[in-house]
Amino acid sequence: MTKIKPWLPLIGIGVFAVLLLVVAPAVLSMHWINNLGKYACWAIAAVGIGLAWGRGGMLVLGQGVFFGLGAYAMAMHLTLESAGPDSLPIFMILYDPQAALPAFWEPFRSDVFTLVAIILLPIIVASILGYALFKRRVKGAYFAILTQALAVALAVLISSTIRETGGDTGLSDFKYFFGFVLNDNSNKVMVFMIASTLLILCLLAVWQLNRSRYGELLIATRDAEERVRFLGYDPANIKLVAFVVAAVMASIAGAMFVPIVGIITPAEIGASASILMIAGVALGGRASLFGPALGAMAIGWGQSSLGSSWPDGWVYILGLVFILVTLFLPMGLSSLFGRAKNWAWRGRAVPAGVTDPAIVPAPELDEVKK
Amino acid sequence: MTDSDASLVVTDLRVEFDGFVAVGGVSFDAHPGEVRFLIGPNGAGKTTCIDAITGLSKGIGSVKLGDQELLGKAVNKIVKLGVGRTFQTASVFEQLTVLQNLDIAAGLHRSSFSLLRARRGVDPAIEVALEETGLGDERETPAGILSHGQKQWLEIGMMLVQDPRALLLDEPVAGMSQDERTATGELLQRIAERRTVLVVEHDMDFMRRYASRVTVLHQGKVLSEGTVAQVQADPKVQEVYLGTAAAPTTTGMMAVADGASPVADSTTQGSTTQGSTTQGSTTQGKGA
Repeated sequence: MTKIKPWLPLIGIGVFAVLLLVVAPAVLSMHWINNLGKYACWAIAAVGIGLAWGRGGMLVLGQGVFFGLGAYAMAMHLTLESAGPDSLPIFMILYDPQAALPAFWEPFRSDVFTLVAIILLPIIVASILGYALFKRRVKGAYFAILTQALAVALAVLISSTIRETGGDTGLSDFKYFFGFVLNDNSNKVMVFMIASTLLILCLLAVWQLNRSRYGELLIATRDAEERVRFLGYDPANIKLVAFVVAAVMASIAGAMFVPIVGIITPAEIGASASILMIAGVALGGRASLFGPALGAMAIGWGQSSLGSSWPDGWVYILGLVFILVTLFLPMGLSSLFGRAKNWAWRGRAVPAGVTDPAIVPAPELDEVKK
Repeated sequence: MTDSDASLVVTDLRVEFDGFVAVGGVSFDAHPGEVRFLIGPNGAGKTTCIDAITGLSKGIGSVKLGDQELLGKAVNKIVKLGVGRTFQTASVFEQLTVLQNLDIAAGLHRSSFSLLRARRGVDPAIEVALEETGLGDERETPAGILSHGQKQWLEIGMMLVQDPRALLLDEPVAGMSQDERTATGELLQRIAERRTVLVVEHDMDFMRRYASRVTVLHQGKVLSEGTVAQVQADPKVQEVYLGTAAAPTTTGMMAVADGASPVADSTTQGSTTQGSTTQGSTTQGKGA
């Protein structure tokens, strides 16, 4: 049993991969595959949030910024691809037939540039932002508010630059995805498979980070930053790594969201979208490996089923669930497994095993009081 | 290891907080092989001295470890130069096991790439530290459920793993039982054979048993310095600890140590051997 335990998460990821990549395409209708793909995108962002917030203690309330960077990089590329070479996107022609393509759009004609930008843009932005914040020891609520404000700022910026970015209507009507016709079921399945594979890869990356020495150091930094500093480390660098990884994952999520959903608007990256990402992570369990991903998928499912059939009630249900989970299961639904396991152990009169310490981090208040 | 390289020399150290002089020109030196004690009433500037030496508070003057100046350097740089410290309230990673705690301490000189791999095996230095601190049976225990004394030892163990040239301890025996104090004192004496050990302490009994040399601080200045006997005989020290009108003999300090009630007036502090309640009011830069 002790031999198999460290590999349990890996088996879990394997099962999850089979469900997503084999079972789902075989049994689900096109409509639900598309929806599941959308949830997978949110799950990718959530896995990163789990690392930064659950393990690193950084309440990243503005992941919409990085989600938006990836999404708009992809959307600009797809828009240009749909418009054809040397042509302007249609929305630009509608505003001003004589307009030239804005300079920052031009490089997104290239496939390679777009893919590189989806990874590099969040790295650059998160590094600069994180370096400035962590070196100045900005943390807790201040950090959360700052990141949230940035998400709002980016959404407002995009809304107010209609001619360059499409404004509130966003970018949509993508016809091609790197040469593949998007309005084709087999291609849609392919895009879904790419998103699901990326989700699995992100889970694997975070699994490895969590079990590595870095993962232990990250928890140590979350719980006793000064002690880490007095052991000769610079906590800013440790947090920066987790923050940048989370940003890249959010960007990848945004990039895949675009071909799957077919539209990106500032509403998808603003404050409420960012909070919804956090809500999923909190619901599932921020410090666990699967909690964030499953929580985000559950929220996504709730939104597209209940949210469309009963939009007024959905917000209240979401709020209620959030309150209940925060009150009774502060570490999310995934902590139920740990508790159930403990009860089972007790029932068999075997001393309760020590639960994974990382799963039960400092109470939420610790993050806010600083 | 045991040469003057590890000597800690503090010269005319001054620390001010918004005009309030917490430490006003303190000089002392500590050398490998001795357990050096820094004592004084509340607000004397003991912890502030340690804070300045380790880079937590800004100080002016000079603090040298061997021939390296420490003042003005960042906290983590000072640690890398070989200065370790513990905190008044044991500061360990409560969610991690004893082994993980020590492993993080041992990671100081690891490459950042090796951080991405999982932990395999146990460093020899960690085994030594487990042995020294008597935590060998607790290696898989989460640090959060260790007893108070064990947490202090774990923190000392984390320092030992790093093999610092100078080790600064802030009230290592506060709240410990008598047996734990003895164990800690003996541990400190063993540690001090190879490095400089500087201890800030309230507990006079502990100080008398284990100090090689003592520096008494009062209101941010050095009041007296010497062996335990010399310091105890110093009338200035008696005055500070007992008030001007009090005992004319050296028994005063003994009385403080024994927690006798007549001397527990406003100028004494930490007067009971368990005096953990009074420690909260010492100037503590930890939140800074």
